[in-house]
Amino acid sequence: MRNAIEAEGLTKNYGDVRALDGLSFAVEEGTVFGLLGPNGAGKSTTVKVLTTLAHSDEGRASVAGRDVLREPGQVRRSIGVVAQRSGVDRDLTGRENVKLQGHLQGMRGRDLDRRVDQLLEQLGLADAAGRVARTYSGGMQRRLDIAIGLVHRPRVLFLDEPTTGLDPEVRAAMWQEIGRLKTDEGLTILLTTHYMEEADQLASQVAIVDRGRVVAQGSPAELKASLQGEAVHVELDGANVNGNVDAALEGVPGLREVMVEGRALHARVDDGARAVPAVLAALDAHSMPVATVTVARPSLDDVYLRYAGRSFAEADKAEEKEDNE
Amino acid sequence: MTAISDTWALTVRDLLRLWRQPWFIAIVLVQPVIWLLLFGELFQRVVEIPGFEGGDYKQYLVPGVLVMTAFFSSGWNGMSTIEDLERGVTDRLLVTPARRWPLIVGRLGQNAVQVLIQSLVIIGMALAIGVSFEGGVLGVIALVLAGLLLGTAFAALSNALALVARQEESLIGAVTFLQLPLTFLSTAFMQESLIPNWVATAADYNPVNWAIVAGREAVQSGTDWGTVAGYCGLLAAFALACTMLATRAFRAYQSSV
Repeated sequence: MRNAIEAEGLTKNYGDVRALDGLSFAVEEGTVFGLLGPNGAGKSTTVKVLTTLAHSDEGRASVAGRDVLREPGQVRRSIGVVAQRSGVDRDLTGRENVKLQGHLQGMRGRDLDRRVDQLLEQLGLADAAGRVARTYSGGMQRRLDIAIGLVHRPRVLFLDEPTTGLDPEVRAAMWQEIGRLKTDEGLTILLTTHYMEEADQLASQVAIVDRGRVVAQGSPAELKASLQGEAVHVELDGANVNGNVDAALEGVPGLREVMVEGRALHARVDDGARAVPAVLAALDAHSMPVATVTVARPSLDDVYLRYAGRSFAEADKAEEKEDNE
Repeated sequence: MTAISDTWALTVRDLLRLWRQPWFIAIVLVQPVIWLLLFGELFQRVVEIPGFEGGDYKQYLVPGVLVMTAFFSSGWNGMSTIEDLERGVTDRLLVTPARRWPLIVGRLGQNAVQVLIQSLVIIGMALAIGVSFEGGVLGVIALVLAGLLLGTAFAALSNALALVARQEESLIGAVTFLQLPLTFLSTAFMQESLIPNWVATAADYNPVNWAIVAGREAVQSGTDWGTVAGYCGLLAAFALACTMLATRAFRAYQSSV
């Protein structure tokens, strides 16, 4: 199997902000590859570099066998891009939007017309094709974005956060469509997402991205299996308890990788059922009341926690705060 | 060939967008008529100033209003580019194999159609209020050409600024800052012999005035075609330079994403 996408040691700075910090990964042809990470991890920047929109400062990348810096024209012919922000022109109809994109991709005449009709039909937009996109719902605009990305029959499709901001039902329909594209059309798909569930469902390979680097890579099953045992999450019912917790839990047997984030406590154990009473007893002995306890098989959340050293939700919040400042 | 065909497809796209904004079209068509009638009335006694040549101010005013209209409406051309940047349309166009210049020239094509229609409205209105174009049809064509070249130049500059500043407020600020001074540092409303020396000097370097002088020379009797061709050549060079600048501005944008 050849690689449809290769990225090696990509770095990119925006002023003082390091968006990519030596990011590397490879995507096999005909597979769905998930780049998973919180907001601001560098996923969108990676997509911009791979789709020739932005230039990396260092490193090299190729898509469909072509170098993105040296042969951007060839790369652009082979790729379809569905950016995080919709690229729909709201003053054009659905059909006009897709047709313009096909034209700029070098398609003409009846071939273009037939392809446009086929895509609009396939994505359930045939009835709305003659309406200006301003009147479309969020889900319809997203499907139109996909039609725009697919019109020239690309070999590699980039989907940057394709379901962010969509209703759960619309998201499920979108997942179905993405699965179909991979199976029926043999497309290579690079999917970025900050929904664990989405990567788990769709991607055969996942790279977890944190602060511009890949911190873990493998199939969702492999990544989860790399974590031994079960995850214990405890929510404490007090003020700031940082510091005391480590001391409190010192004597609990089998407890590993203890991490405290504010009032949340994460750890790994071999046998959850046996460890929980001991954890509760230890916390109780140090007068730390517990609000909730959960024990679970490892999820991709736990994988992220393990490799990024912070929980996904916290990282997401921290980045959003930075974005707002 | 592909690039020319892309340019045309993008011009059609912008014309469709324009066509779907009826209020905007109404304003675009009515405004120049108002300029012509309002200024014609307001300044009608200017002809009585000793030293003013020619007996009818409206006759004098038409080329100025036509060029001013082209200049004013073209300055806003970059607003579509800012909208495209905000809507993600620019990014979508930049990841196609299309060349960069059609993305600018396509937009300039739409602007040229708009300026052409506005010019025809002004000329129609001028004929209706009794203005005669002594330079004949050829003179009128040269006047419209001067307006188109000037409009193209400033529309391209507007797009260049849009790609660099990427903010509506910046573009609005720059356009409103330039519009009135450049219009009044010219012979649009007053003959050169009657304006202060420093204004006349500034007007010599003002592309808006180049278009006005060329257009007025073309529509009067006894046209000196050398003057018309000279100024139109200058305007064409200026428009080309501005278009190249706007195309280069995509690099500035891409290095920021």
